[in-house]
Amino acid sequence: MSDSQNGMPQQTDLNFGFAEMFKGGVIMDVVTADQARIAEAAGATAVMALERVPADIRVDGGVARMSDPKMIKEIIAAVTIPVMAKVRIGHIVEAQILQALGVDFIDESEVLTPADEQFHILKTEFKVPFVCGAKNLGEALRRVAEGASMIRTKGEAGTGNVVEAVRHARTILGEIRSIQARPVEELMTVARDLQAPYELVKYVHQNGKLPVVNFAAGGIATPSDAALMMVLGLDGVFVGSGIFKSDNPERRAQAIVKAVTHFQNPELLAEISEDLGAPMTGINIDDLIPAERLASRGW
Amino acid sequence: MAGKPLSIGVLALQGAFREHCRLLDSLGAAVREVRLPADLAGLNGLILPGGESTTMARLLSEYALWEPIRDFHAGGRAIWGTCAGAILLAREVQGAPPQFGGRQQSLGLLDATVQRNAFGRQINSFAAPLIVQGLDLPFPAVFIRAPAFSGAGAEATVLAEWDGQAVMLCQGRILATAFHPELSGDARIHQLFMKMAQEAQVANK
Repeated sequence: MSDSQNGMPQQTDLNFGFAEMFKGGVIMDVVTADQARIAEAAGATAVMALERVPADIRVDGGVARMSDPKMIKEIIAAVTIPVMAKVRIGHIVEAQILQALGVDFIDESEVLTPADEQFHILKTEFKVPFVCGAKNLGEALRRVAEGASMIRTKGEAGTGNVVEAVRHARTILGEIRSIQARPVEELMTVARDLQAPYELVKYVHQNGKLPVVNFAAGGIATPSDAALMMVLGLDGVFVGSGIFKSDNPERRAQAIVKAVTHFQNPELLAEISEDLGAPMTGINIDDLIPAERLASRGW
Repeated sequence: MAGKPLSIGVLALQGAFREHCRLLDSLGAAVREVRLPADLAGLNGLILPGGESTTMARLLSEYALWEPIRDFHAGGRAIWGTCAGAILLAREVQGAPPQFGGRQQSLGLLDATVQRNAFGRQINSFAAPLIVQGLDLPFPAVFIRAPAFSGAGAEATVLAEWDGQAVMLCQGRILATAFHPELSGDARIHQLFMKMAQEAQVANK
């Protein structure tokens, strides 16, 4: 708790600490109170309330925005676990609305249509914690400097294809390892190259990790996908379309929860993966035209 | 103390178990992550960490850990629950998911009722200098969507209160904190628990 004053933890510490509580857990996208109940009963550590799952946003097109507050309130009333919700990148007012609703965590998300192509929300201005997506370490540290309490890989949401989440996880964790290997006098140049704040680069150099919890998201569709992200070294997973676009959401949700706990135990993973019904169909990333790639939103 | 270090397990199904492990390790304990019943063998004490109690309860059921943990306690070992872990210890859980008929499974080892999210949602989470019985100086206590205890039985002692609500209880070899000592970098409550585990070990001999 480095930024404590008088030895007492501050709001940032409360939000960082809250994010720690999600580790080893699965955060599930839900679009109705009924889905939220299924997610909670299956062992989700939180639900992400949104209007349409990413797979449907892809199909429907149009502008994707913050959900109707009525629906968010229904979900808050339906479950006892934390409720998260998404705002468009840079949409300060959507974030203020979610904070006023009592949402526990805000995802400033590239899955929704960005409201601002240049500037992200200054998250330090809020009491509620934020999670943001990142493709690389520079992006992750810029979001942390703006006040994010949790980072997740962007992956490629709504595809059921884990390849981009793996790419982003490998990139971020690889960059962390390479910074650890650098001598201290090179860190300012590293900060310049990453376009990241020097103090945070120093933190990564000293601690070998991000200052906040680091989750996987974007394309996770099976228990083994989830376990793979844990094996790579991430702290937990978000599953979006992967659960409620599959044949048997309840069983798949339970299986992914178990896989994240027992990711180091292949015998259990084999049992967990058995007979779950068909996963979501999925999209080959190479078939997406650049404009359809959500990960390129935000900087 | 000479000889074998104290062996402490941390339930690692979900949540902030690594923070506990790190602190215990810095205090010289031999630390083990517990995910399956077999992992309990040979431990002197067990910590149930913070996280989501509904998630942990589900995984405790899936891998049949409830009875082995009760047996572990009955065998004379110490158990400490923080936040969600304290919820798992209680005799009765209030504020359980409505869809569960308001009932939530727990170990029932701590003779008290626990109210989930007693202080509100994340926006209401707070830190406070907490007066704890047995500690000279206040403890920097971090309350995150924290529970609170009520109706503690005669065997249980309230070690700390906040805003009129019990937030730390001790009952024999059971310790329960509604807050997160693993997050504040202050090791005094971990030391207290290690002493409990040590005393239990001596008593078992």
